[in-house]
Amino acid sequence: MTTRQFGQPVQRREDPRLLTGGGRYLDDLGHSAYEVAFVRSPHAHARILDIDTDAAIDVDGVIAIYTHEDLPGSMGEPLPLLIPHPALHQPRTGYALAKDEVNHVGEAIVMVVATNRYVAEDACDRISVSYERLTPVVGIENARDGSDVVHAEFPDNVSAHLLQEVGDVETAMAGAPHTLTLDLHVERSACTPLEGKGVLAQWNSDDESLRLYSSTQTSTGVRAAVAAKLGLPLAKVECIAPDVGGGFGVKIMHPWPEEVLIPWAARNLNHDVKWTEDRREHFISSAHERGQEQQVTVGFDDEGRLLALDVKFWHDNGCYTPYGIIVPIITATQLLGPYKPGAYRVEFWSLFTNTVLVTPYRGAGRPQGCFAMERTMDAIARYLKIDRAEVRSRNFILPEEMPYDHGLMFQDGRPLKYDSGDFPASLAKLKALVGWDDFEDYRARAIAEGRRVGIGIGCYVEGTGVGPYEGGHIMVETNGRVNVATGLTTQGQGHYTSLAQIVADELGVPFENVHVTTGDTRRMGYAVGTFASRAAVMSGNAVALAARVVKAKALRIAADALEVSPDDLQIEDGVISVKGAPGTSIDLGTVAVMSNPLRYAFDEAAKKATQFAGTFDVDKPPIGDDDEPGLEGQDFYSPTQATFANGMHAAIVETDPVTAEIKILRYCVIHDCGNMINPLIVEGQIHGGVAQGVGGALYERMVYDESGQLLNASFMDFLMPYASEVPHVEADHLETPSPLNPLGIKGAGEAGTIPVSAVIASAIEDAEGFPITSMPISPPELWELRAAHAHDQSRKDAS
Amino acid sequence: MTDITAADLLADEMHDITVTVNGVTRSARVPARRLLSDFLRHDLRLTGTHVGCEHGVCGACTVLIDGAPARSCLMFAVQAQRHEIITVEGIGDSPETMNHVQRAFAECHGLQCGFCTPGFITTITAFLEENASPSEEEAREVVSGNLCRCTGYQNIVKSVLRAAELKRAETDVTEEQR
Repeated sequence: MTTRQFGQPVQRREDPRLLTGGGRYLDDLGHSAYEVAFVRSPHAHARILDIDTDAAIDVDGVIAIYTHEDLPGSMGEPLPLLIPHPALHQPRTGYALAKDEVNHVGEAIVMVVATNRYVAEDACDRISVSYERLTPVVGIENARDGSDVVHAEFPDNVSAHLLQEVGDVETAMAGAPHTLTLDLHVERSACTPLEGKGVLAQWNSDDESLRLYSSTQTSTGVRAAVAAKLGLPLAKVECIAPDVGGGFGVKIMHPWPEEVLIPWAARNLNHDVKWTEDRREHFISSAHERGQEQQVTVGFDDEGRLLALDVKFWHDNGCYTPYGIIVPIITATQLLGPYKPGAYRVEFWSLFTNTVLVTPYRGAGRPQGCFAMERTMDAIARYLKIDRAEVRSRNFILPEEMPYDHGLMFQDGRPLKYDSGDFPASLAKLKALVGWDDFEDYRARAIAEGRRVGIGIGCYVEGTGVGPYEGGHIMVETNGRVNVATGLTTQGQGHYTSLAQIVADELGVPFENVHVTTGDTRRMGYAVGTFASRAAVMSGNAVALAARVVKAKALRIAADALEVSPDDLQIEDGVISVKGAPGTSIDLGTVAVMSNPLRYAFDEAAKKATQFAGTFDVDKPPIGDDDEPGLEGQDFYSPTQATFANGMHAAIVETDPVTAEIKILRYCVIHDCGNMINPLIVEGQIHGGVAQGVGGALYERMVYDESGQLLNASFMDFLMPYASEVPHVEADHLETPSPLNPLGIKGAGEAGTIPVSAVIASAIEDAEGFPITSMPISPPELWELRAAHAHDQSRKDAS
Repeated sequence: MTDITAADLLADEMHDITVTVNGVTRSARVPARRLLSDFLRHDLRLTGTHVGCEHGVCGACTVLIDGAPARSCLMFAVQAQRHEIITVEGIGDSPETMNHVQRAFAECHGLQCGFCTPGFITTITAFLEENASPSEEEAREVVSGNLCRCTGYQNIVKSVLRAAELKRAETDVTEEQR
């Protein structure tokens, strides 16, 4: 009897290869390719007056130098606006190479192709660009103020303005017994995968085709964008995501300037061309996220129940809006978490600044939204002197209220309608795990030892697995090998394992026989990409559906051969047998042979399928009217809406009474992503997500000065947490299956990150006794807050 | 415009070097400025060594030089002259030849995207030669010089402890065979 793979902590099959130097990341390919370096803008806002490349062209090894003037036709047009939205009334995208003007430090101006990167960088040093400097707009306050503008044609710096309202907020707020207003701030951070971006293009002049490798989260997206820009038939372009060293959102943005420039140069030069992003380039020319100013006004009753919630926020979208307004839309909708807000109004302004553009980073607007909502919950609890967990539970949507429709439009243009979740059960589990009710005893003991501790809590709901669709294609070879292809890409999530687990179960074959390919347009041309915690939901269900198609075909062929009804057959361990008569059987490989009638035999097994092998019905064609050769099939999974995962985190922190150092003593997670395919992988996602959340709460920020220089564009200065900074995560699961998909799964990728800033702020506030309204928070900032509050307190005492 | 300086010319000067990489003696002619990481990756095509930051902070490029962990992005290839280098491929280059650290990472889900992993494998392999029975605190300490953006380090710490166990078990078997 085959062990069911779904739900098992199966070791990852990609690991032995990755552990032994067998990974093939972008820069591991194309050793003989020309290499590219860019001259990038040193100014945040300037007009380009002149570009002098004369001294560079003679550098030994330089092959070509390109500026915007060299880009023909659509290559010289602005890059695409990927996600238009009616509220994005003043969109703006950049050019592959800057045209006339630069809008952030790091914007690419000149592209140098050389025999290697060393030479290309030498040549860049010899290119001089003269600029007329313009006043840069840096930070939300300056953008909102509007006295200086990023794009002259948009004098208010507002790219988008969106208001959504459910119920009558004015009336509900006016009638509320209590109201509070909070001003909250979240700083910029970034995905910062260990492998930056990279592109390798191989132009085949013999058949005029392009093979493109990109360190991307969407190979189908890049392929379509490059074909359009280069004016190539889609059929002549293939795009492959090789092993990708982390993404976390930044690589779903596409096409990056380099993704169109490198293939264009490869075709021009009829030579392989490669660009590997270096760390500084990644900081100043990829994407950032998180920067928002948020104002929450809440009305509530004596019990702490929400009656009205009025949210305004200002989103820093950087200098261009190629990814639309997905991030602020997610904040606006996912802010609600597991709660019923009463009447709800949310209004945001998305603002241009002369900084790196903003696209989703793991959590994608949710960490900011969760911070707003959870800070509000804590403020209500503090105001009414009610336990913080209790206030939350009084506002929960209850399991019997599922599905729960908030009446808002989500990021996929579909209703924000929760499908599942049991929030009271999650909270009960969390309180037990962290010891919520015993914390005051612990605090008393800590105080007696001269220590200052606090406990914090944060809850979130995450819309995962957004459409439009993903596909699965499965082909069984005559030796029983099962090839599975799905089009979305992999950046460490273990798809080669989890998708193989699903197919092994559905098809009834050994796990070892199943081989998964992702992100390769040669194998699956229809796909969307890996983002929004969607891969397991979308491709998991797609490959399950495809496996059912293949299984049905296998049973039909086997039923003919064994002269029984398909209903009497079963597949186990790759062998089809008659139920109750295991002796009557045929293996899947043989069925694969029979599925493909042959004229020519290529091996022993294939002889059985040739025309004189003689068991077929001469009155029927070798392939039936509605049939196809081969034991293969495909199907697509396309849901009506997102499925909503949820979770609750709690942390205990200690703050040093003298130095204000902040230490996380315990970090507890209750996580509900529905049915888990592989708990080992789910927990890994949670650990990694929490670590990124801790970075965002305590360490990571993009420090721009007033002239738009990013002051900390290196790993020395941008403080990504090491093992010494990340707490041990205690995780427990609740599995409320999603009713929306065949496997009952919900996404897990972003969950760990979402509530961390909220939780840590809650815990620090609890330890210190004054509100924490801005994240991240460093020891010096906490020290200054202490001083300010001590000062306020002494003034109050004096008066 | 920048003038070409004497330093630029020296940077391009070619040098003959002989290094031992994963037990094999390799001779090559390299420019003075060729980084050891580029030499290993692009000249010798040992692409298991990865480059994450180019300035010695992330640790993805860590190799063993005469047995000690070193950042190959902070060394020139010419500085490796007559030294012995072990890369991740030299520690175990196939599923069948994985050492205790590599096996522990596979068992404990100590990696996700795998990009930073070779630097951890080399660092931990060297560490366990010095300390066969690390405490959890020591296990965390030894990996605190390498950045990983995927795992949150929890399973990496677990992998260090498991690798130590596997190594001790191997040592016991070897001693019994004697």
